[in-house]
Parts: sequence; structure tokens; C-alpha cells
Amino acid sequence: MANTEMRVKELAEKYGRNREALMPILQELIDERRYVNDEAMVNVARELDLSAAEVYGTASFYSFIETEEVGKFVIRLCKTIVCDMKGKEDVLRAIENTLKIKVGQTTADKKFTLKTTNCLGWCHKGPTMLINDEVYTELTPGKAIEIIESYMNK
Amino acid sequence: METKKLTRVDYIFRPDNTCMDTLKKSLQRDRDEIVLELIDSGLKGRGGAGFLTGLKWKLAKEAPGDIKYVICNADEGEPGTFKDREILDRVPRRVFTGMALCGYVIGAKEGFLYLRAEYKFLAPKLKTIMAEMNEGFKKLGLDFTLNIRYGSGAYVCGEETALIDSMEGRRGEPRNKPPFPVTEGYLNKPTVVNNVETFVNCSIIMAIGAEEYKRFGTDSSRGFKLFSVSGDCSKEGIYELELGMLLSDFVEEFGDGDTKAVQVGGASGFCVPRKKFNQTIIGFEGIPTGGSMKIFNSSRSMYHVLHNYLEFFEEESCGQCTPCRVGCQQLLKGIEAVKSKKRPPSYLDELVKLAKVMKVAAKCGLGQSVGNAFVSIVDNFREEIVY
Repeated sequence: MANTEMRVKELAEKYGRNREALMPILQELIDERRYVNDEAMVNVARELDLSAAEVYGTASFYSFIETEEVGKFVIRLCKTIVCDMKGKEDVLRAIENTLKIKVGQTTADKKFTLKTTNCLGWCHKGPTMLINDEVYTELTPGKAIEIIESYMNK
Repeated sequence: METKKLTRVDYIFRPDNTCMDTLKKSLQRDRDEIVLELIDSGLKGRGGAGFLTGLKWKLAKEAPGDIKYVICNADEGEPGTFKDREILDRVPRRVFTGMALCGYVIGAKEGFLYLRAEYKFLAPKLKTIMAEMNEGFKKLGLDFTLNIRYGSGAYVCGEETALIDSMEGRRGEPRNKPPFPVTEGYLNKPTVVNNVETFVNCSIIMAIGAEEYKRFGTDSSRGFKLFSVSGDCSKEGIYELELGMLLSDFVEEFGDGDTKAVQVGGASGFCVPRKKFNQTIIGFEGIPTGGSMKIFNSSRSMYHVLHNYLEFFEEESCGQCTPCRVGCQQLLKGIEAVKSKKRPPSYLDELVKLAKVMKVAAKCGLGQSVGNAFVSIVDNFREEIVY
């Protein structure tokens, strides 16, 4: 896609071609596309004069930089101890049943990817999840399903 | 040893609209005088490690070089900690004032807020305030500009050298120390990396003076601190408390009447059982904490708690050094094997030895502190791990 090549060029113009520009460029691509595929990473490598392996090595280190295809909405449910104590497991089951997928999977219509993540910093209001950058706290199975359903038509 | 009663204070979340005036006054002061006041205040870093903040600034100030940087570590990832989010949400100007003050003292022209990806929803508001403050700095004649950088979901990037590597576009793998960031930090230039709450405290000390600040806390732990309280708790939330209190007083105030243990300092901190509550001081003379206080009642399985922590560390280990990478995996496998009777209870002693090896052999704070939770839980709740 010439599209990717152009976009990466624009981002390199915006952030510069030093190595420090790598994370901001990858992060902006994530904001726009939810994941960076091989083509995007090769283009970033070319623009910043790095090896593609360096770019992939950096990108794949970070759990919020997806290098495999994910859905339009990435759900990240906190699994760390306090959210766990407050019923994260029930919330997880409810989401899995609603979307008919397991943790780590993407729905067939490529709308949702379900993941668990480490402490989101809302322990006093757990269980908590992120959908892309949006935070949802004090979840119950019912509340989580309602939230997910509100995303179905987005 | 000196202890303090559990006392609520209110400095950190006071309205932050007078911060620019504090900065204006401070900019008329001599740089060394500010450093001395900070050292005199006894302020130690609020991220958890507890290095003397004034001394850190002094070292960066004295480090040779024309280009220096200030970084605010807002990569708050320690399980059970959520106070930095609240600070950035409610009093961001107090943070940025602390950063500008640091820039003035050490001679840095650029400051970065490294915000964890999980808090990205705060960014639009923070960027607006940054722009407004950057204008304010210009008006005061201070050559200092605030910028924002983001994390991407890596706990280890809360370690300052990993954070710097991440900002430089690399994997967030901690560096060997020395050299410390105060001499070779971001882009190998002298850099001060402080926690969000630390910068806030610097602003407060400039506003109220070290003498007033020193009235709070104990000899080893000066001042007050935000505590993120969660778990089996009568009132979860964020509380600003004087340092140096006994854990028993804390539990009295926040527990649900059935508290069996408190995890002080998050997954990388220590688990304190009920019988030790009245001998445990919250502060650098006892158990220091970045603010995480997780309360467990008698309905909780400490095996489950430890298992959750070890899964956390196994995932978040950067994998660079063997003691941490392999150690985390083996501790997790090990307790599973003891639980399922594939290994005898005495195998826990082997695992404790491994945890202690990690403490001395791991490269950074992450690997070194896995043993804190592991040893304190296994020592105090051994039967729960075995049966």
C-alpha cells in the first residue's frame, strides 16, 4: 500500500528521523490503525535508517504496540490482584460469552479483540478495563456487556 | 524508634493556581540555595526507591554539559498504585512547576512527562496546561519547555534507565549503573528523573519552606505521602498521610475488621501479616512504599495472591538478565508444583534461595524486588502455599 509508505513519511517529517522518533511514530500508527503490520514496520525502518529487525524488536517489546492484526476496538481487562479479587473473572466470562471469543482472540467481523492486561491504576474502582484509550471502572458482568454492546454499532 | 500517629494532611491536592507565583519567587533565588533547602527538607523520591531528591538535583547540576534534561516519571505501573493519575488529573500545575524548578536549578531547557499508555485519556488536558505553562515560563524569562512522551504498556519502563531507553526509541531494558542518569541520562546527557509526586513535593517545599515541611514525618522519612488504598477495605481511595505511622494504626483506619495481611509497596513490596502490624513502620525506617497499600482479609488465599504477583513479574520482566527472566518463571512453576504435590513442601526453601539470589544477581529493581513479596508471603503464609 502506497498509503502506508506516505503516512510513515509524513510521520517522519513530523517527528524527525532520529531514533527518538521511533516510539512516537509507532504510537501514532497504533492510534490510527490499532496495529503495525510488517509493511508499516519496514517503512518505518527505511525512513529512520534502521534495520527492520530493530524496529520489530522495539515494537514487539511493548504490550500496547500490536504487531499482529487486532480488531477496531481492543478491550484490555485488568487482571492484577485487586481487580481479580473484585470479580474480574466473572466480567471476563461475560465478555467472552457476549463476543463469542476467548482472551487473545478477535471477533470474526474484526470489531473486537479481547486481552487481559496488568494493573491499569484503578484498583479502588475495580474491575477495570480499557477499550482503546477509554477507561471503564467498577465493572459488573452486566455493566461490561452493556458497554460492549454500545460499541457494536460504532 | 520514632513513630507518628496516623494523621491526614492536605497539601498535595490544594488548588494549584498559585503555582506560577511560587515559581516566580523561586526563580529569584540562588540555585545552590534551592538545592540546600531541598536537601535540608529531607525529601526522598516518592516513586519507591527513596533517593534524596535534593542530592539528585545537586549531582545533575554539577554534572558537566550544556544540554541537560528533566523527566517526570508518570509510568505508574506498580500494582495497587494510582496516586500519580489522581495528581495529574487534579493538580498538574504543581507537577509542572516542580519540573520547571528542576530545569532552572540544573540548567535544563527541556522537560518531558513520560505518561504511561494506560493514562493516555489524560493527555488532551495535560497538553493544554503544558502549552499554557510554557507560555508562562517565557513570561518569567525561564528558558524551559515541557513536552509529553508516552509509554506503551511496559511496567519495567518505570525503572528510570529503561524509561530513558524507551524515550530513545529502544526496548525498555534497564542499563547498567553507573553511570547514573544524573551524569549520563537521556541522549547521554545529565538527566533528572523524578516521580510525579516528588516534583509535587518540591513545589510544596518551595511554597511553604523546608522548616514547615520538616515538621511532618520522622527523621528517616520526612514529609507526607499519598497512599493508594485498595483491597478488602472500608474506604478505598487516595489518602494523604504523614509518614512514619504504624501499620496497625493504618489497618485500624482502613481495614474491614478482618484484615489478615497488608501488601505494602505493591507487588515489588512486602507482605506483612497481622502479627507484625504493630511493629511495622510505614516509611524508610520500616517498609517504604511508593504508595501502594493492598489490604487482604481472611477470605483471601495468599497462594492466589502470590501466584498473581508472579504471573505479573513473569510477564513484565524485560528478559534481559537471566536471574530475573528465568527466576520469575521458575518461582511461578515452583509454587504450582508444590501446590499440586509434584514437589515436597521443602522445595519452597529452594525457591526462597532462588528468590534471594535474584535479589543480588538481577540487574534492576524489578528482578531484585521479586523476592520481597515472594519471601514475605512464603515465610508468613507457608501453609497456604503448601495446602
